[in-house]
Amino acid sequence: MPTTTSKTTGAASYFRKGLRDGAPFVLVVGPFAVLFGVLATEAGLNVLEILAFSVVVIAGAAQFTALQLMTENAPTVVVLASALAVNLRMAMYSASLTPWLGAAPLWQRALIAYFTLDQSYACAIGRYEAEPHMSLRERIGYFAGAVLPVVPTWYGCTVAGALLGSRIPESMALDFALPITFLALVAPMLRTPAHMIAAFVSIVVSLLAAGVPWSLGLIIAAVCGMMAGARAELWFVAKRPAP
Amino acid sequence: MIDKSTLWIVIIGLGLGSYLLRFTFIGLVGDRPMPAWLLRHLRYTAVAVLPALVAPQVVWPQATGGEPDIARMAAAVVTLAVGYRTGNVFAGLFAGAATLTVMLSLAG
Repeated sequence: MPTTTSKTTGAASYFRKGLRDGAPFVLVVGPFAVLFGVLATEAGLNVLEILAFSVVVIAGAAQFTALQLMTENAPTVVVLASALAVNLRMAMYSASLTPWLGAAPLWQRALIAYFTLDQSYACAIGRYEAEPHMSLRERIGYFAGAVLPVVPTWYGCTVAGALLGSRIPESMALDFALPITFLALVAPMLRTPAHMIAAFVSIVVSLLAAGVPWSLGLIIAAVCGMMAGARAELWFVAKRPAP
Repeated sequence: MIDKSTLWIVIIGLGLGSYLLRFTFIGLVGDRPMPAWLLRHLRYTAVAVLPALVAPQVVWPQATGGEPDIARMAAAVVTLAVGYRTGNVFAGLFAGAATLTVMLSLAG
């Protein structure tokens, strides 16, 4: 791909735009990270282990899932499979970014892969689709800017939660903080009827499969939900009158 | 209590696995096109996985010994409704937490 406007000034200006767009996510990521630190402390992890968890894995929902299954003494392979199932959406983000960033050098793509998060992905894809004529350098600059406020917040607030952990009173019903966090994450994603059908099918199947040991019902329900969503999408597209 | 060797196996295994999920497409596929059916299924990953993770805990919470609990169900419904209406993760989180706190204090 020819990069006609690959001047540093363009990339720098898009880096600043990325910073501006990424900054508000600090408000979501901060409390979420504190919560992980608190719950991990309650599960018996020390500060170093908690920080390592956040730096090595850098994926909130998957970390919560792994933590919860480990406290339930699920087999290690089930912990890994379930948490990776939660993180499958990262493969989708990666796939979706590929047409925009696939031409970058390998070392940059390797870094982008590590920093592919819900927030950085959402920022970047929105901007790339709105301004399809951005140069590759501008896209990279924008991505770097969008991710910069979020990542130190994730690391730092995880540690803050770990240090605060023992001082959070029992009466705060932290057992339910996790379900609320996941519901809050998923609610804004229910954009189309197909997304709603996928969610509905996954809820019904997860309740029916609740007796399946070690949360394997999760994977069954997730696959059913994805198939229902894909089927529904085909159906809605077929029903729409041709342009 | 979580066994320490299990913990480190999970941290490293989950880190490697998550990185591979993030790297495979952008790193290895590059500019080559992907089959439409695969992308179509991947689009529904998040909305299929996260609700399945939560639903059993909403209906049969561990904290009540598996007894359905009106405060937790109300908090779940409010979180979903506010998150859906506002499109804002933080608004849903806050509304759900507030609902749970108020309902539990009324019950207690």
